[in-house]
Order: sequence, then structure tokens, then C-alpha cells
Amino acid sequence: MIGNDRLAVRKTYKLYVNGAFPRSESGRTYEATDAKGHFLANVAQASRKDARDAVVAARGAFPKWSAATAYNRGQVLYRVAEVMEGRHLQFCEEVAHGEGLSASKARAAVDAAIDRWVWYAGWTDKLAAVLGSANPVAGPYFDFSLPEPTGVVAVLAPQQSSLLGLVSVLAPVLATGSTAVVVTSKDRPIPAVTLAEVLATSDVPGGVVNLLTGDAGELGPWLAEHADVDAIDLTGAPAGRAMELEREAAGTIKRVIRPPATEPDWTADPGLSRMTPFLETKTVWHPMGV
Amino acid sequence: MTSLFEYAPAPESRSIVDIAPSYGLFIDGEFVDGTGEPFKTVNPATEEVLTEVSAASEADVDRAVRAARRAFEKTWGPMRPADRGKYLFRIARLLQERAREFAVLESLDNGKPIRESRDVDIPLAAAHFFYHAGWADKLEHAGLGPAPKPLGVAGQVIPWNFPLLMLAWKVAPALATGNTVVLKPAETTPLTALLFAEVCRQADLPPGVVNIVTGAGGTGRAVVEHDDVDKVAFTGSTEVGRSIARAVAGTRKKLTLELGGKAANIVFDDAPIDQAVEGIVQGIFFNQGHVCCAGSRLLVQESIHDEVIASLQRRIGTLRVGDPLDKNTDIGAINSAEQLARIRELSDIGEAEGAQRWQPACELPDRGYWFPPTVFTDVSPAHRIARDEVFGPVLSVLTFRTPDEAVAKANNSTYGLSAGIWSEKGSRILKIADQLRAGVVWANTFNKFDPTSPFGGYKQSGYGREGGRHGLAAYLKGADQ
Amino acid sequence: MTHVLDPDALPGATPAVHAPLPPYDDVTRSDSAFRGFLHGLPGVDQVGAEARVAQLGTRSIKTTSKAWAIDTAISMVDLTTLEGADTPGKVRSLAAKARQPDPSDPACPKVAAVCVYGDLAGVARDALAGTGIHVAAVATAFPSGRASRAVKIADVRDAVENGADEIDMVIDRGAFLTGRYLDVFEEIVAVKEACGDAHLKVILETGELKTLDNVRRASWIAMLAGGDFIKTSTGKVTPAATLPVGLVMLEAVRDFRIATGRQVGFKPAGGIKTTKDAVKHLVLINETAGPDWLDPDWFRFGASSLLNDLLLQRQKLRTGHYSGPDYVSVD
Repeated sequence: MIGNDRLAVRKTYKLYVNGAFPRSESGRTYEATDAKGHFLANVAQASRKDARDAVVAARGAFPKWSAATAYNRGQVLYRVAEVMEGRHLQFCEEVAHGEGLSASKARAAVDAAIDRWVWYAGWTDKLAAVLGSANPVAGPYFDFSLPEPTGVVAVLAPQQSSLLGLVSVLAPVLATGSTAVVVTSKDRPIPAVTLAEVLATSDVPGGVVNLLTGDAGELGPWLAEHADVDAIDLTGAPAGRAMELEREAAGTIKRVIRPPATEPDWTADPGLSRMTPFLETKTVWHPMGV
Repeated sequence: MTSLFEYAPAPESRSIVDIAPSYGLFIDGEFVDGTGEPFKTVNPATEEVLTEVSAASEADVDRAVRAARRAFEKTWGPMRPADRGKYLFRIARLLQERAREFAVLESLDNGKPIRESRDVDIPLAAAHFFYHAGWADKLEHAGLGPAPKPLGVAGQVIPWNFPLLMLAWKVAPALATGNTVVLKPAETTPLTALLFAEVCRQADLPPGVVNIVTGAGGTGRAVVEHDDVDKVAFTGSTEVGRSIARAVAGTRKKLTLELGGKAANIVFDDAPIDQAVEGIVQGIFFNQGHVCCAGSRLLVQESIHDEVIASLQRRIGTLRVGDPLDKNTDIGAINSAEQLARIRELSDIGEAEGAQRWQPACELPDRGYWFPPTVFTDVSPAHRIARDEVFGPVLSVLTFRTPDEAVAKANNSTYGLSAGIWSEKGSRILKIADQLRAGVVWANTFNKFDPTSPFGGYKQSGYGREGGRHGLAAYLKGADQ
Repeated sequence: MTHVLDPDALPGATPAVHAPLPPYDDVTRSDSAFRGFLHGLPGVDQVGAEARVAQLGTRSIKTTSKAWAIDTAISMVDLTTLEGADTPGKVRSLAAKARQPDPSDPACPKVAAVCVYGDLAGVARDALAGTGIHVAAVATAFPSGRASRAVKIADVRDAVENGADEIDMVIDRGAFLTGRYLDVFEEIVAVKEACGDAHLKVILETGELKTLDNVRRASWIAMLAGGDFIKTSTGKVTPAATLPVGLVMLEAVRDFRIATGRQVGFKPAGGIKTTKDAVKHLVLINETAGPDWLDPDWFRFGASSLLNDLLLQRQKLRTGHYSGPDYVSVD
């Protein structure tokens, strides 16, 4: 795509599972096109077994990631922003093509996506202070409540906003200490694959984030019903399918983020609303005596 | 060991309560007859029918929801928050004033010992109203957004194990945050909720703010599924919790669930043993073990297993099982024939699977639903009595050798409501508490509750918290947490 | 000139080597071994202990069981006077009350013992002759215990010679609190030896030990050293016999018997003033150590004003109406 005589070396677009880049075990790929319908790449199309493997990877990564100090997690998230910054041009180009945005709008989206990592990086070591409490119980006990990560979060990423939207739903999962299995935008998967390369070369441990390119409609039910998934974000659920997925998630009492009626403006301040659903509150009592 | 010191019967007087021959529903500030099939509520200690209670049909529930909606729009919603708080303070005081009456009625209808209804259930219920009353005009300071708004009508379904206390856990935060309520008490324990309706009248609470619809599962379903309900709060079994989560899927309804548990109570070799034994007893035999957060799995370090079990058995031998209204009773009646059957079934399975059943010599009354305090030793994590919630006075004892093994076994459950740790080593307690996947961790204590202290589960024990600042979020619009 | 009474200065005053009962016969082999043993006893969680006694405090003892409890409590009283102003006359008056607590009711049980300072033990012995009521004397530089060991031993011998068949000694709290556990142990052993046939009650003065962990450790020292009873307090320090302390000491005597087969008695003293307090203690014994301790041989109340309240309550049960202070004797 660079305007010279050299024939470009093309990338193979693969999944990102457990810190590695496998093809789909199913061997399937699908065509990703730009906003005008021109061929961009053959992208791995994740299967239910890839989703299963991704959950195993996310579960395996959870104990260490959730036990990392908040300071450490903050630095890891900040590092993601740093590495993304180095690929700024690439992301701008991919977002512009995939979403059909002007160069300046694509740049704004990429800027916001990078800044969102920075924003969440700064949250990791504030959450306990903001969401925790010392509870003045009526008795001789010290009683405190702290937020803790819920575990493995399945994320159906937004279908429209392929990078800013993706980062906006992924970063809060990581900031709160959970691990993620993400089904990326079906029609706009390219920035997600690049993000996977960013994650792989920053300090995010393998398995903490697993990115599956493919169809949320196909993978969603498997993740919603998966007994080892603790929470599911239905933001990118296919139209009309959210209720069914929420019902399936009820089977194991998953924490659910329902999809908004239409995809939100991802540039808005997210507040805590995407972190608290993935946080459990643990209350600890201890007597005070001599 | 028979004692020289026999405690003579010390029954609390029943005369303080006046049970009517029949009860209606409480809708829009009035007691009205339901149009469903009326049902009887019995004293589980004697099987005596206490009274007949109206069942709310779908149409009755609809009337209740409409009354709640009207109250939300016309009176309770627009009311000055400080005044809403004052109503809750009134209710708290009325509960204190009529505490004895509530306690006796609770023990009659539920079967729990009067010592517990008098010293735990009713005072805590009053405390919940007192605590939440103070929040009513301070919500903008709760860290839940600058101008938190109520959701509207809350549909609430509560269980039979702590009838009035669970009502308080549900109603107090809902009202403090400006919502109105349609509440369905459990089918086997409706009476204190109906007495609470009378308290609402004595408090001059505006009609429709609190509506009580009695009935069975169908009534609960009607409440949960009603289109004009904005918020559903449920405490009960995980099975019903799942069906409720399914029912509200795809709606705007906000949902909180407080479901089952199979808590590990971990005793390390450096524990304060006598207090640990008390904590084990309190953990599993409090309220006949009808407690979602009961410490039903004792995990004891192998090196002290025999000593702890011997102490535990000796202590269990002093438990007094019998008349719930006797002030010296420690363990009362099982709430229903159905629950008794389940406890028996799971205990029989425990024995069949090879665990050793131990029960103290204790005489059980001839009538009523009774099950003696029971300890199973030689329980393996694969046994059903180590996995399934019994919801009765049945303790399963497992062992561990190292802290890692204790944590792994404790977390090996689909539930995650509560856990206990007994150790005199501070850093170990903090580490284990950190590693346990449970919403409430009691270290060197067990089964303590307080309105300021958030309560709720991880995993399939539910989501959302009740109590404390955290509990308010479940009833506020756009609350960040 | 106490140095002349220093045990090291006296020939043959070295205490006999006393080994505790098995399985604890080696725990006093050295300071560090003893310390390791005592600090290896399970800890006591204060809040849990307080919660337990609060729960037991809700036991409702009515009608026949209350009547039994009152009579049992009366028979367990060590009727006590420990004042600088005590005289033979005062002690004789107390002895008369001990024999016949309620002059209006000959069926009223007599008390277990009269407890006095050692110099008045003879007066008490004479006044109680033939009644079966024991004569208890406090000794060992009661209540502070701050004297040399030889003085304490002399104090004990004097009391026994005067006619006391029960000796209430105080432990050396200073030694205990500085961790010289073996010194505390050896002193009790020496006092026990000096007691001869007299029963030894070991006062821990729990109000000065402060923590329940200390109460448990001191209880074990006293039991291992051969004390026949462990007793909470002198009555001169507040707090004295609290229920949590009673709980821990009853757990100690219970556990000691399980381990060694030897039963040790328990005596709460000081601060038990009402029938309600006494009944709470009886419930505590019943449900902690067990009914084997519900006997004056194994349980005593160190008290003075308690007896009159027990008598008033007894009269109420007997007559059906409330009584008043004019219906019981002043001491």
C-alpha cells in the first residue's frame, strides 16, 4: 500500500490466544473489507473451540494478573498506550479504511483510544480507595470492603468503533484485574489484530487478553453459556440477540453488561460504569480485642 | 452427660401476638382480599395451622404495582428526601417498640429460637431501617454520582429463613433511595411481613409506598415479570435466581441476586480453638443452618482434626433443641416438611457416599419438623454433602494440610458467598482472606451482620450487595457502582 | 531485714523438684521449654469469649431450676471478710452466718467455707468446729504477694497452724508479667508443699494479668504446679471475677482434666454480688466444664454480699413475694 515499486509483504491475520497468534483451529478465514467493500485481508474466523481455548487461557492468566499490584497493572496499561503510540500511523490508516473515516477523524479516534489506556492506567490504584470502605459496624470488629476482580470476562466488542470502542470495553476489564476473551468487530477486525500485536509486545502477560476475530453471533452463545466465564459484556451483540444471550448467561449467574440501544459515543467520559460490573465487593470482618 | 442443672422450661409468652384467623394482601395502604387460592401457614414446631393467608393473583400483583407506581409518582418520589428519611426513622422506632411481638410471631411462623429472633433478627431489622433512614437525604454524598435518582418500582422476593430481616434488607434501601416497593414474602413465613404492613400504617407511610403480596412461586413470578417493575431484588435459591435472571433478560429491569452458598470455615492449627469451636457451631447451627452464608464446610488442618472434632462434639452436646419459644432453646424447628425432606435426603446421601454421620443424643419433639445437629466426618470434596447446599443443621468436615490446599478446597465450589478463617496469625489471615473467592470473609468470627457492612456473593451466589454504601447502588439510576 | 528470710540463706529451703503430671512432666524442664509450652497453648480471642458469655448470659433459669441454683450457690459460698478492721468478733459473727445463713429457714443450706486472714483462722476454726464448714485463709502476702518467698511460706505455715484447711495464695504477678514463668511455678509448688494437707487455691489476680491469653497461661501454671483450685482474684483489684475470665479458667480446668485425669476446682471471687451473677456462673460451669464441677468440692464463690442476695431471692421463691434487707442479717 505504500506508493513505491516494492511489492508489500502482507500480514497473516490470526487470532491472539494465550499470548500467541494461532490460526483458527477450524481453519476458517473470512474476508475483511474496507468501508467501500474492497478486500483488505483474510482474517481468521474463530470457532467455538478457539473460544474454549481462549477461556482456558484467560482463566490460567487470572490468578497472577488479579494478584498483581495495582501499581504494576497501571504501569502495564500505560505501557500499552506507549506501544500503541509507536504504531499511531498504522492504526490511523486501519481505522480510516475500516470505518470509512476521514484522516482527521481516524486520528482523533486513535488518539482517544491511546488516551483511554492512559486513563484506565491511572485508575488501577484508585479503585480500592474510591469503591472500598471501612464499615462502622455496631460491635468490636474491624470491617472493611474492597473491590476485587470478578474473573474471566467475555466481551463482545462494539461492531462499529473498531479501535476506540474495542479499547473502551477492553481496558476496564484489565484495569480492574480481570482477564478477557474478546470477540472483535466482525466487519472491522483489522485494528483489533494490530492491537493484539501491541499487547503481545507490551507487558501484558499472555492469556490476560485473548482476541478472537469472528462472529459474535456464532461465538456469543458459547461464551454466554460457558460455565467458567464470570461476566459478559454484550455491547457488540448482534442486533436482536442480546436478550437470548443474557438468558444464556443467567444459567451460571454471570454478571452482564447489557448493550445500549445504539452504539454509544465512545469519546464520552466512561466514568466507572464499565468497571464496577466486573468488580466484586469483598467484606472482611475481624474482631478487635487484646 | 446428664446435668444436675436441668433448666426448667422458660417459654416466652405467646399472648403478646394476636394472630387473626385470616389475612389479606396489603395494597395501596389497605388490607384487601387476594383473588388467588388462599393458603395456610403453620407453626413448624407443632404443625399447628396459625392462620390462612390470601394469595395474590397476577391481577392482584398488577394492582400492587400500579399502587406503587402511583405512590412513586405522586407522593414518595416528589417527597423531600429528609421526610422520606423521617418515615424510615419512624419505622425503625416502631419495630423497636413492637420488637417482642415481632420476635414471638417470627418464631411461631418460622420455627427459629426466640433467642435468635429476639436478639438478632428483629434488632437487626430495626437497625437496617435506622441506618438507611439517614441515607435518604444524603445520597448525593454517597459517591454514586452527583444527582442519583431512584429507579421507580422495586419488585422484591424474599426467603423464609429471616423473614423480617430480609424484608428490612430489601425495603429499607429501596425506600431510602426514593423507590416504592412490591414485596412478596415467602409462602411459609408471611406473618411478620403482614405485621410490618401494620407498622407502615402506624407510621402513616403514604399508601402504595410499600405493598405486600403474599403467595407462592406464581405470585413471585408475577412480581418479577411485571412490565412496570423497574428493579428486581431476590434472595433465595440459586435455581430460582437463575430463572429470575432469565426472566428479566432483555428488559430495563435492574437486578440483584443473593443466592445460595456452601461456605468453607477454615480452621488453622494456630486458631483460638475454643472460639473457633464456637464459630463452627454459630456458623452451621445458627438458625438451624437455614442460612445462605452458613459455614457448612468445615476445613480443619489435619494436625488438629481430632482435637477440634472432640471439642466440637462436646460443645454440640450442650445445644438445646426444642420449643422455639423457650428462651433457652438453641436450635428450633426446620421451617417446613419440604425442607426437612431435603435435609434428610442429602444426609442419607452423605452416609451412602461413605461419610461418617454423628449426632448427639437429643430428644426431638413428637410433632413438628425437626432435625438434630449433625456432623459428617471423612467427607471428601467429591461428596455431594461437600458440594450441595443442604440449608440445614448439617456440617461436613474436610481436612487440609497446607494453606494452599485450604484455599484450593475452599474455592472449589460454584458458590462464593462467605467463608471463615480461624488463625492467630495476622498476615496469614489477610493473605487467605485475599485469596478466598467469597463476598464476605469472617476471620476469627462467623455469621455477623450489620447494616453498614456490604453483603453478597461471588460466582453463583449472586451479584449486587446489600448493606452499606454499596447497597444503595442497586436502587439508583445510573449509579456508577 | 527480710534478707534473713531469703530462701537461699536458709538451709534445706530449696524447693523439692516437682514434675507436673504426664503428659506435661517435661514442660518445666527449663525456662524456655516452659515458655514454649505456655505460649503454645491455643490463643483466646477476647471478642469471641465475650460473645460466648453474653450468649450464655441469656439463659433463663426459672422456677425449680432457679431454686436448685440458689441452694447450690449458697452451698458454694466462701463467705469472706478480708479487712484491716477484722476482729475475732467480726469473724465469729460471720461464722454464725455461715452455719445458718437464714435464721428463718433451717432448711437453708450452710455455706462451703469462711475465708479470713491467716491470723484469724483459729477464731474461725473454733467457731465452725463440727459444722463441716471449711476454714480458708489468704496467705503469701495477700493481696499483693510482694514479699520474699520465705515470708510467703511462713505466712502459709502460720495460717495452716492456726487452723486453716484451705489456703488462698496469690501468684507473683510481677514475675508472670516479666515472663519468669518458672519462678511463678516453683513458688506455687513451694506453697503447696507448705500447705501440707490443706487445699491450695491459687489466685491469679486476673485484673492485673489483663489479657485472656495471660489468664489461660497462668491457669495452666497453677494447675501444673499442683494447685487444687484456681481462683480469679483477691477482691482488691478491679475488675475481679468477670464472666470471660471465668470462661477461660473453666476451659482450662476442663482441658487439664481431659489431658491429665486430674480435676482442679475453680473459684471466681470479687464482684459477684447478685443472684443473677451467681446463676450466670453456674450456667457457665454447666455448659463449659460440665456438671462435674457443680459441687462445692470443685466450685466456690468468693463473696460476701452475694449471700444476702441469694437469701432474699430464696425467700421470694419460698414465700411468693419479694423480700427486703431487713429480713436477712447484716454481717
